[in-house]
Amino acid sequence: MPRPPRSPLAPPVSFVWTRRIALSALGIFTFLPLWVMVSGSLKPLRDVQAAWSWIPTNLTLRPYVDIWSTVPLGHYFVNSLVVSSCSTAISVVIAILAAYAVSRHRFPGRQLFSVTVLSTQMFPGILFLLPLFLIYVNIGTATGVQLDGSWLGLIVTYLTFTLPFSIWMLVGYFDSIPRELDEAAKVDGNGPIGALVRVIVPAALPGIVTVAVYSFMTAWGEVLFASVMTDDSTRTLAVGLRNYASENDVYWNQIMAASLVVSIPVVVAFLLLQRYLVAGLTAGSVK
Amino acid sequence: MADARTPAAHPSRNWARVRRAGLPYLLLLPAVVFELLVHVVPMLTGIYMSFKHLTEFFIRNWSAAPAAGVDNYRFALDFNNAVGKQLLESFWTTCEFTVLTVGLSWLLGTGAAVLMQDPFRGRGLLRTYFLVPYALPAYTAAITWEFMFQRDTGLVNTLLVHDLHLFKTAPFWLIGGNSFWALLITAVWRTWPFAFLVVTAGLQNIPGDLYEAAALDGAGMWRRLRSITLPQLRSVNQVLVLVLFLWNFNDFNTPYTLFGNVPPPQANLISVQIYDTSFQNWNFGSGSAMSVLLLLFLLVVTAVYLLLTNWRRRSSDA
Repeated sequence: MPRPPRSPLAPPVSFVWTRRIALSALGIFTFLPLWVMVSGSLKPLRDVQAAWSWIPTNLTLRPYVDIWSTVPLGHYFVNSLVVSSCSTAISVVIAILAAYAVSRHRFPGRQLFSVTVLSTQMFPGILFLLPLFLIYVNIGTATGVQLDGSWLGLIVTYLTFTLPFSIWMLVGYFDSIPRELDEAAKVDGNGPIGALVRVIVPAALPGIVTVAVYSFMTAWGEVLFASVMTDDSTRTLAVGLRNYASENDVYWNQIMAASLVVSIPVVVAFLLLQRYLVAGLTAGSVK
Repeated sequence: MADARTPAAHPSRNWARVRRAGLPYLLLLPAVVFELLVHVVPMLTGIYMSFKHLTEFFIRNWSAAPAAGVDNYRFALDFNNAVGKQLLESFWTTCEFTVLTVGLSWLLGTGAAVLMQDPFRGRGLLRTYFLVPYALPAYTAAITWEFMFQRDTGLVNTLLVHDLHLFKTAPFWLIGGNSFWALLITAVWRTWPFAFLVVTAGLQNIPGDLYEAAALDGAGMWRRLRSITLPQLRSVNQVLVLVLFLWNFNDFNTPYTLFGNVPPPQANLISVQIYDTSFQNWNFGSGSAMSVLLLLFLLVVTAVYLLLTNWRRRSSDA
């Protein structure tokens, strides 16, 4: 059969094969842990305690039932949800105001503020962990208000990373909104705050949602602060999943089931919003 | 402009000007207050702590902690004692780990992004699929790899020993020398999709007519990659590599989830080392000194990196 003539821009056959092989290899590499999670969560305990088998032979949904009673997973879930949502909500509201100031106004100190925000985002978490822990403990001794091990304490520590990130991303989104919208809002008789609330925020809504989801995800997956700043009653998922390792057994099937359950909401949200996320991430780096 | 020369023109207009000038500061106020609260105050406190003998006896009453001068720094940097030696070893491990993770992630991410630059069937779906590891919470990814690296029940040994017959006896992955590779693989699995994401976005900003012109001039795939794609990606790469470096150098989630409190020495990253010094031994003074040293190191590397890359960029643009 005669081949159709190749256009000069069409990739050569060798390239197509390189692409197939390389992408398949990456696809398998990506797939292995995902398969372990899914298939491992469907096996009974004795099967995950034996040598690994690729295809589960005794399928069971039991782990998905047991995860809620072996450890207080529901409780961890609530803790993670409260802490991640609160720190996200606080940082997004503060970031909207700050990003509006940075994006729409020129004022002395603007550069300093931007540089500070950008650089604190890069600082190691451990640098903030020790002093914050000590400050909390000493506030506790001085006033009786216990911050270490409390929701409030953890929410404040999570602001160390959600806040600078949200400000930085939102400045990028606000910059991409045409100035004509501000002018139109002014003509309609809005002050600067009215313009922000009635025009800028609605126009930047996809960006704001993306920033919120992203900072929620980061808080949801955080381990360092949670391992120090929580006690039994405020334990988050990140630390709580460790408790599936009892003294005698590690319930790998339940760990896999729990991992899937806690991952699915954030993964779905991320994949739905990835288009906007890319726009925001590159707005910062291309400038 | 006119009322700038006549400041006393009208009291209400003056007031409006003050309000307009003050507005950005009012908007910034909450952000500044919280930045002070969660960043500036803890950082200053950390620096203060690093000059104190802040051991378990003084945690609840830090003002009573005796001054230490530079003892904590000397202690951390004395490579003849156990703590200093561990810190130095963990520093080198972290450097190796970071260079390899960043290099591999960048290579895989850029490679995949370039291979997927031209449309083909299923491209959109594959892009989304590749992002799944990055979207997973860090600890669930690390826990899954921990399961896979189990000696007797993990997938990795089944694959290597049973299926591929590469080893006669099943190796340990989470203790001993192999733990470094286990950590590296886990980190790369989680990191490369981010590089892929950023480079993909960067590629979309390269004007298509550059490639068309090059193709008409007879430039092959390699030539187009070298002369158009990589130079056009330079500013994206500059930020990407820096971000990847900082993330991985400071990574705590992956090693802590993979190995728990006490990682094997071959996979002992600096964040975990500082964490252990501080919370296992309750020595906050030296823990703080180590954090400050880490920060200084990162600042110097970042500054040198930015200077070098900006200088190279300017000299190649000229």
